Amino acid sequence: MFQFAQRRKYYYLLSACVIIPGIIAMIYSTITTGTPVKLSIDFTGGTLMEISLVNDVSEQHVRDTLEAYGLSDYVVQRLDPIQSEEVEATHSEAGSRWQIRMEEVEYLDDLKAFMQQPDQLGEFWSPRSVEEDPNREAALATSSVSPTVGKEVTRAAFLATLAVAVIILFFIAWAFRQVPHAIRYGACAIAAMFHDIFVTMGVMSILGLLFGWEVDALFLTAILTVVGYSVQDTIVVFDRIRENIPKHRSDSYEMVVNRSVLETIHRSLATQLNAVFVMIAILLFGGETIRQFIAILLIGLMSGTYSSIFNAVPLLVSWELGEIPFVNREGKHRHEEVPAVS
Amino acid sequence: MRGYRLWLVVILAVAAVCAWMSLPNNPGIHWDWNDDGKYDGEFEMDRDIKVVQGLDLQGGSRVLLEAAPGTKYDDETMSQAVQNVERRVNGLGVTEAVVQQQEGGRIIVELPGVRRQSVAFEAIKSTGLLEFVDFSGVTAGQYTEGDCILTTEQVRLAQERGTAPESLDQYTCPSEDLNNPEPTPAILNNGQPFTTVMTGAGLEDAAPMVQGQVTASWTVQFVLKDKDAPGVQAFIDYVASHANQPLAIVLDGRLVSYPTIQPDLASAAAAGTMDSGIITGAFDRQEAEILAAQLKYGALPIPLDIIAFDTIGPTLGKISVERSVRAGIIGVITVLLFMLIYYRIPGIAAALALLLFALINFALFKFLPVTLSLPAITGFLISIGTAVDGNILIFERMKEELRDGRTMDRAIEAGFNRAWTSIRDSNTSTIIICLILYFFGSAFGASAVRGFAVTLGMGLVINLFTAVIVTRTFLHTIVLIAGDQLRQRHKLLGA
Repeated sequence: MFQFAQRRKYYYLLSACVIIPGIIAMIYSTITTGTPVKLSIDFTGGTLMEISLVNDVSEQHVRDTLEAYGLSDYVVQRLDPIQSEEVEATHSEAGSRWQIRMEEVEYLDDLKAFMQQPDQLGEFWSPRSVEEDPNREAALATSSVSPTVGKEVTRAAFLATLAVAVIILFFIAWAFRQVPHAIRYGACAIAAMFHDIFVTMGVMSILGLLFGWEVDALFLTAILTVVGYSVQDTIVVFDRIRENIPKHRSDSYEMVVNRSVLETIHRSLATQLNAVFVMIAILLFGGETIRQFIAILLIGLMSGTYSSIFNAVPLLVSWELGEIPFVNREGKHRHEEVPAVS
Repeated sequence: MRGYRLWLVVILAVAAVCAWMSLPNNPGIHWDWNDDGKYDGEFEMDRDIKVVQGLDLQGGSRVLLEAAPGTKYDDETMSQAVQNVERRVNGLGVTEAVVQQQEGGRIIVELPGVRRQSVAFEAIKSTGLLEFVDFSGVTAGQYTEGDCILTTEQVRLAQERGTAPESLDQYTCPSEDLNNPEPTPAILNNGQPFTTVMTGAGLEDAAPMVQGQVTASWTVQFVLKDKDAPGVQAFIDYVASHANQPLAIVLDGRLVSYPTIQPDLASAAAAGTMDSGIITGAFDRQEAEILAAQLKYGALPIPLDIIAFDTIGPTLGKISVERSVRAGIIGVITVLLFMLIYYRIPGIAAALALLLFALINFALFKFLPVTLSLPAITGFLISIGTAVDGNILIFERMKEELRDGRTMDRAIEAGFNRAWTSIRDSNTSTIIICLILYFFGSAFGASAVRGFAVTLGMGLVINLFTAVIVTRTFLHTIVLIAGDQLRQRHKLLGA
C-alpha cells in the first residue's frame, strides 16, 4: 500500500512553500502600502467621471481606451442617453453616455484629451444646459468618490469567518463523537480552512505586487466560497476515517488514515476535476471583468482539495503521534506505543 | 419497489411545477378568488414569477442626491447621511445597492432594476425627522392628516442649518401635490411653534406591524432607548402626566396622526415600565415599512434633493456578463458529459438529477425572488458542485462495493447508504456556514455576503433531497427497466 501518511513532512513543506512567500508578500505590502493586499477602488474610493460622447461606442471600446491610457482599476457603466429635442437637433447619430469609476488620476485634463482623440473615443458632447448651468457640469463631470464597499462589510466577512471557525469546530467534534479525540477532527479541519485562506490571500498579495492585481468586492465572495468549500471537502475525507476506525481496530491509526485517503482519492479527484471544468470554461470563454475573480477562486478551491488530503488528514496523524509542538505536551514517548507500520 | 414509484410521481410533479415557473414568460400567480381586485383573502396570492438580476449583472437606476440648497454641512454630516441612506436601502431589502459619497455634498445611489417610481427613492429622499409633539388642548378633528405643523425642533434645526426664514410665519413644508409646487405654510400654535417632546432619535428600534384581522391596518411599533438618551425621559414624563390628551406624531413637518394617550399607558409611564409604543396612522404596508426603516436608522442629518435620475448599465459590463453566462453553461455541460462518460448508466441518473436540481433552484430564485448577482450565482455554482460531488460519492462507493464482489442491487443500496453520512455531514457544515454568513451579512448590511449565503444554503438543502432521493429513484427506475443487462455487464455501471 502507498505510504501516504508517512510522507506528511513533504506535504507540510509544499504548503509552507506557498504560504510563507505569501505571508512575506503580505508583510511587505503592508509596510509599503499599508494593506496586506492591493485594494481596488471598491475599497479605496477614487474618481467618478461621467462623459457624453458624440459617437456610439461599445463598452469594450471604452475599456480599451482606459487600458491604453495605462489605467487598470476601473468600472465602466453605460448610462441611458439624454433624451431631448436638443440631442436630436444637434446630431443624427445616437451618442452614448458613460459613468466611469476609476483610480485617482493625476492629470484629469490629460486623460480627457487622450480620450477625445479620434482613434480613441472621439469628441465629448456637452448639452447646452451644461453651458447654462455650470453647476450641473461640476456635478456630473468628474469628482472624487468614497469607497463602495464600506468598512462594515469587510468587518462582517472577517467576524463571520471567525464565527465559522468556532462553530464548525464544535459541529465536527459533535458529528465525530463516536471516534476517539473528536475535537482533533474539528481543529484539523479549521487549520486546513485557515491554510486555504492564507494561500488565497497570499497568492493575491503576490499577484498584487507582481502584476498589480487588485482586491475588489468580489474577492470577499471568493474567500467566503473557499471557507465553505474547504470545510465541506475535509469532512468528506474525515468521514471515511470515521467509518474505517471501528472496522479495522487492529490496524494502527496511520494505516487506517492511509486506507481512508486512498479510498476517497477517486472522489476527491473527480470532484476537483468538475470544479476545474467550470472554472476553466469561464476563464477561457467568460467575460474579462470576472476573470480575476474566477482565477482566485480556482486557486482557493485547489488549495481546499489539497489541504483536505495533505494537511488536515496528516495533521491528525501528527497529532496522534505527538509531533505537534505545544499541543502534544507529553512529547514523543507515545510514538513507541503505536504499532509499527508494515 | 413500490416506494420508488411514489417518489417518481412526486419528483415528476415537482419537476413539472418548477419547469412551469422556469418558463421565461411565466405569467405569475394571481389568485383573486372573490374578484374584488385585492389579494388579501385566504389562499389569495399576487406574485410575479420573474428573474431579478443584480446591479452587477443587469444594471439598474442611478439617483444623484444633493444636500438641499442653502444647507450647511461638513464631511462628518455627509458621511452620516451616506450611512443612513445605505442602511435605509438595506432595511428595505434592496439587494446589493451601491451608495457612494461624492465630493460637493452629493450621494450617488445605484439600485438594481429600473423603477422610476420606486418606493426606495421615497424612502431615501425624505429626511425622516419624526417628532412626538405636545398637542395638549387640541380637540379631535381640529387638524387633519398631512397638515404642516411647525415645531420647536424644526425651528432649531433650521437655525442650525442656516435655512431659517426671518419670521415664524414664513416657515413652510415642501409641496406634496405634484401639480402645485407651491409650498404649504406651516400651522402655528397661537403664534408659537408646537413643542417637540421627543424626536425619532429617542427610538431604539422600529418595525412595521399589522393590526386587526379583517381590515388589516398597518402601524409602526417602536422601542424606546434608555432613559438617558435625548428626549426619552421627557417623553415618558409627558405621557405620564397627559392621560386622555392627544399626542401628535409629525413626520418631516407633516402631521401623521394625533392619538389620545390611553390612561393605562400613562400609568405605565408613571410607573417607569413603558419601554415601547405604537404609531398609528392611515398607513398602507409600504408606508409602514418605509417609516419603520427611517425610524430605525435615524433621520438624515441634512435634507437631500434628487438632482438626477438615470438608467445605468451593469457594473460588470453587459457583454462580459453574457459571455460569462455562456461560459458557465459550457462548464456545466462539460461536467454532465464527464459524469455520463465516467459513470455510464448511473451517470444518466445523475445528469437527470442535476438538471432537476438546477430547475428547482432556478424556479425558487424566480419565485421568492432571489436577486441574482455574481456572488449569488457563485453560491449557486458551488451548490451545483456539491450536488455533483454527492453523486460522485455515491457512485464511487457503488464501484467499491462491486469490486468487493457484491451483487449489483446490493452495491447500489450500499452505495447510497454509506455515502449518506458524508453527504449529510459535509452539507450540514456548509449549511451552518451559510447561516452564519447570512446572519453577519444581514447585521452589517453586506447584502453581497447575504446573497451568496442564500443561494448556496438553498442549493445544499435541495441537494440533500435530489442527490439522494432523486438519483436513487432514477437509478432504480433504470434498473427496473434494464436490470438484467446491467447485472451481466458491470462496465455499464462504470466499474
